[in-house]
Amino acid sequence: MKRLINRKAGGAGSLILGALPFVLLLVAYILASDARLDANPNDKLLPSFASIADAVDRLAFEPDKRKGIYILWADTAASLQRLGIGLAIATALGLVLGIAIGLLPLVRTGFAPFVAVLSMVPPLAVLPILFIVFGLGELAKVVLIVIGIAPFMVRDLSLHVAQLPSETLIKAQTLGASTWQIVTHVALPHAMPRLISSLRLSLGPAWLFLISSEAIAATDGLGYRIFLVRRYLAMDVILPYVIWITILAFVIDYLLKHLSRRAFKWQAEEGGL
Amino acid sequence: MSLISVRDVHKGYGDVRVLERVNLDIDKGEFCAVVGASGCGKSTFLRMLLSQEFPDRGEIYLDGEPLAGEPGADRGVVFQRYSVFPHLTVAENLIAAFEFQSSQFFGRLFGAARKRAFERVEEMLSGVGLARARDLYPKSLSGGVQQRLAIAQALLAEPKVLLLDEPFGALDPGTRADMHEIMLNLWKSREMTIFMVTHDLNEGFRLGTRLLVFDKPRWDPQAPDAYGATITYDLPLEDAADIDLSHFQTKPTEETTHAEP
Ligand SMILES: Nc1ncnc2c1ncn2[C@@H]1O[C@H](COP(=O)(O)OP(=O)(O)O)[C@@H](O)[C@H]1O
Ligand SMILES: [Mg+2]
Repeated sequence: MKRLINRKAGGAGSLILGALPFVLLLVAYILASDARLDANPNDKLLPSFASIADAVDRLAFEPDKRKGIYILWADTAASLQRLGIGLAIATALGLVLGIAIGLLPLVRTGFAPFVAVLSMVPPLAVLPILFIVFGLGELAKVVLIVIGIAPFMVRDLSLHVAQLPSETLIKAQTLGASTWQIVTHVALPHAMPRLISSLRLSLGPAWLFLISSEAIAATDGLGYRIFLVRRYLAMDVILPYVIWITILAFVIDYLLKHLSRRAFKWQAEEGGL
Repeated sequence: MSLISVRDVHKGYGDVRVLERVNLDIDKGEFCAVVGASGCGKSTFLRMLLSQEFPDRGEIYLDGEPLAGEPGADRGVVFQRYSVFPHLTVAENLIAAFEFQSSQFFGRLFGAARKRAFERVEEMLSGVGLARARDLYPKSLSGGVQQRLAIAQALLAEPKVLLLDEPFGALDPGTRADMHEIMLNLWKSREMTIFMVTHDLNEGFRLGTRLLVFDKPRWDPQAPDAYGATITYDLPLEDAADIDLSHFQTKPTEETTHAEP
């Protein structure tokens, strides 16, 4: 018998092993749900799959009676739009400021302490300020996402760019490269893979800030819906919404990971994450 | 007039005197090999020739003019590592030398200039035996091939002098011998001026037309940093065999102890 640390699962084995926790969770849910519904058929805490399917059908495939929209899709579109704009702005800031701070000593001296302090401000604490300044509309929610993740991305990128070997920068100069050419031909390619991984790490916080701001002030969105129906203990809506958000987050992460693999073939393999 | 003139250069870091009273004249076409104990300031001197660092005192002239205040295309360099761009293929790495110099803003070449550049690149690719690796990224090249690429890239920019800091230090002995061959061929065919730091005395003897030895002429055991190193031997290589150099502990700098992956 091999030591435990040397034993690995093969193809089918790893599939079964990977699926096991999901199956266990599902079984546990079904047992608990059945037990509660047996005791009280009106129990709302752990709804049966039938009632969850019912709710999904109502929200996703039937137009809402009052507004005539498909609520799940309308919520998804609203949330993804906020998330997308917020992520795009934060990523652009991360790239531009990250390279500027990481590459240019003058900018580094001027900005680095400011960004270091800024990234310590708890974003949710400034949410009321954002609502006051930007109103309760879309802007405040997008700005919260940007404030929440941009400082991290700027710092991460600038540290990464600052790690460019001095040899590489000197070499570029001895080939006649100007500062701008070093930015576009050396720093940018060096920064891009890290930008993607930095963005992937920021997805979790971005969702957190999105749902928080939607919970507090919104008229649509995934976070808004969850907190709206919470009042009626509508677990048959909340649970599929949570699963849906998880799927969205997973897919975005997956796409970014594969984009990075395909776009930057020159990277040394870094071990799978 | 000599290509490079160094006049009474001093350099230190804080209280550490690294170099003192360095004087040197290098003529066009010379292949200067520089040896010296580890940490005696060879790389520091090379960095000053590059304008990556600056003398505390003294002057350095290139072609009679004071050195520019920053690295430029007049001085090419190959370091022990990180001398090629990892995100560019072999061919793209070589093209880069032309692109940087041709168009300050776009860094791209157009029309006839592009065609000429590609011809020069092809010539260089076969000249240093890289033709079959042309579309590979550096990560998939061995250390020796990467250094060959780095040298080829530096040469395409046509510098007045090529500065090498232990370029073959991380290579295994067989590869190193091949690189010596290539280096000598390039030097002979192009009439280049080369300044090469090495920790390998044999390498210095084999390649150089002139050997410079950096060492501390004065030594205070109580304060090892109080005095800096300077050029203690400067000899055309025919005579070098007579000199007893055995007391130099010419060890590679840290990185060199890693074998080629
Ligand atoms: N940036 C620096 N700051 C402080 N000390 C340095 C710096 N660079 C080099 N030194 C010191 O200068 C001395 C010479 O270093 P170096 O030129 O790299 O030696 P060599 O290349 O001959 O092995 C060493 O003692 C080293 O510690
Ligand atoms: Mg050195």
